[in-house]
Amino acid sequence: MQQKTTNHKAWFLVLPVLVLVAFSAVIPLMTVVNYSVQDTFGNNQFFWAGLEWFQEMLSDERMWNALQRQLMFSGIILAIEFPLGIFVALNMPKSGFWSSFCLVVMSLPLLIPWNVVGTIWQIFGRVDIGLLGHTLEALGIDYNYTQDTISAWITIIVMDVWHWTSLVALLAFAGLKSIPDAYYQAARIDQANRWKVFRFIELPKMMGVLMIAILLRFMDSFMIYTEPFVVTGGGPGNATTLLSIDLVKMALGQFDLGPAAAFSLMYFLVILLISWVFYTVMVNLDKKGM
Amino acid sequence: MARITLDNLAHSYNPTPSSQDDYALKELNYDWEDGEAYALLGSSGCGKSTLLNIISGLLMPSQGRILFDGKDVTRAPTAERNIAQVFQFPVVYDTMTVHDNLAFPLRNRGRDETYVAERVQEIAKMIGMEDMLRKKARGLGADAKQKISLGRGMVRKDVNALLFDEPLTVIDPHMKWELRTQLKKLHHDFGHTMIYVTHDQTEALTFADKVVVMYDGRVVQIGTPEELFERPAHTFVGYFIGSPGMNVIPAKVEGTKAYINGSEIALGAGYAPVDGKVEIGVRPEFARLSESEGLPVKVRRVEDAGRHKIIRAEFFGQDINIIAGEDDPVRADMTRVTFDPARVNVYANDWRVAPQGGEAA
Repeated sequence: MQQKTTNHKAWFLVLPVLVLVAFSAVIPLMTVVNYSVQDTFGNNQFFWAGLEWFQEMLSDERMWNALQRQLMFSGIILAIEFPLGIFVALNMPKSGFWSSFCLVVMSLPLLIPWNVVGTIWQIFGRVDIGLLGHTLEALGIDYNYTQDTISAWITIIVMDVWHWTSLVALLAFAGLKSIPDAYYQAARIDQANRWKVFRFIELPKMMGVLMIAILLRFMDSFMIYTEPFVVTGGGPGNATTLLSIDLVKMALGQFDLGPAAAFSLMYFLVILLISWVFYTVMVNLDKKGM
Repeated sequence: MARITLDNLAHSYNPTPSSQDDYALKELNYDWEDGEAYALLGSSGCGKSTLLNIISGLLMPSQGRILFDGKDVTRAPTAERNIAQVFQFPVVYDTMTVHDNLAFPLRNRGRDETYVAERVQEIAKMIGMEDMLRKKARGLGADAKQKISLGRGMVRKDVNALLFDEPLTVIDPHMKWELRTQLKKLHHDFGHTMIYVTHDQTEALTFADKVVVMYDGRVVQIGTPEELFERPAHTFVGYFIGSPGMNVIPAKVEGTKAYINGSEIALGAGYAPVDGKVEIGVRPEFARLSESEGLPVKVRRVEDAGRHKIIRAEFFGQDINIIAGEDDPVRADMTRVTFDPARVNVYANDWRVAPQGGEAA
């Protein structure tokens, strides 16, 4: 048996990471936990509140409504962005100048800062001066995202699709590019039609990257704040008040630190839970071979 | 099954070829006999995969025709040619079971399920995978996957030819031997026309009835393994086949004698005067070390390969390899090499020259 060497000084090598993680994640999170179980009336005076805020938030219709809107938003954009992204990837030129051209053009939306995206669409959709809003009005279509719930929803969904479909398409394209030619040749020899080539060759080979893409897009869309905030500010009324918009209103608008902290923690747990369930299901599907 | 005819076939990847060098496959006329097993042998980039892809219809030749049983299929798509191809890397449909993989080509052609089930059973038995039919193809090893793609090719009864594009590249050495044996047996039992592309001479020589050796886009020799060994038609065949390959030495040939740097070598037959770059070729198996006769050489190294010894010698800067039996003596005073006259071939500009009065038996 080889003698195991013990050297406690090795802990110093791990220390920088521990310190970094402590300051970037653990301590801020614990601060939020601290707020969530106390009440304050200013002057840095805190009173123990236990689980009161959590109970209050759970029975508050306001949070449930925001959660419902949030799930609807994420659901809709995933349902649009994935088929669309895959469709775009399938139809992109596989090599040559036009392939690079498409890649660059499609990366552009991904490079635009979020609040700029929001501003672009905010102006684009304005009925008085916006190209989209004004055109629609001229065509006699009733569109006004500041007053009409449906218009507001369509605007933020189209905006998100515009902003992020590229990501799905790029990842799907990377997956497609990794398929050796032999698969397509074999499919031709086996007389497989276009649908079968997609179903049995392309889709299985893209599954890995698509899984990551779905997870990324879900988490990102579930936490979305800037773009809808810039465009609609959560309105009209509360129609597009998604979870994070609601949270900011509560924490910074009303300065309800306790309820907002409890809200944040539950928000965090929901994302963690859904991502975990999603990941587990996908990994199991993968093991079983779909 | 079909007889495959290549008629004036040539291919260039350059749309406007200006010289012979632009052709990946130079002009070729050949009949692949129905039911034979062929190997296409050559180093990487010699055009063998190009030829295979033209036969399978994945590539359209820039000139010439290809006929299956006399019917022109040059412009027919892959699916219409009814061929099967096994690729270098196993191509299986990962998400399907072994059974569905084998059934795939039949189902795509709209055959009814009872026929499909029956046929899949037969094929599974042929490739020895009856007990794995319910498994997903994804989890299987490379050799099992290669067997599936082979089975997928044979599941159609009317398949014209089975093409193999270096199918054993990713297979473990011990499985290689087993799969090759199985391939040979399948060929023997079912008599498919098989064309097997490889750069591995052992694979080619053990698998095929006839070996087609390609070099630089050209077919340099078509023959049985024995012919390739004894009478290589081109110096490339000489040194590509055999381990080590044939010794090729520049020489001057006059009648029944060859002269190398003034030393005389006896030839097995007489030759008419030959022009151009003249060389003699003799396989290491037919060279022998000697004390007193033959070319004076410097022995540099002796490698023991187990069953035989390989002697690396040098003759005025020219490498000469000799294969000696395990028990043959190799002594310091043996500094000369002799060749078996009947086994010496003469080459002019790399092509073999036939001796006067025909080939010796």
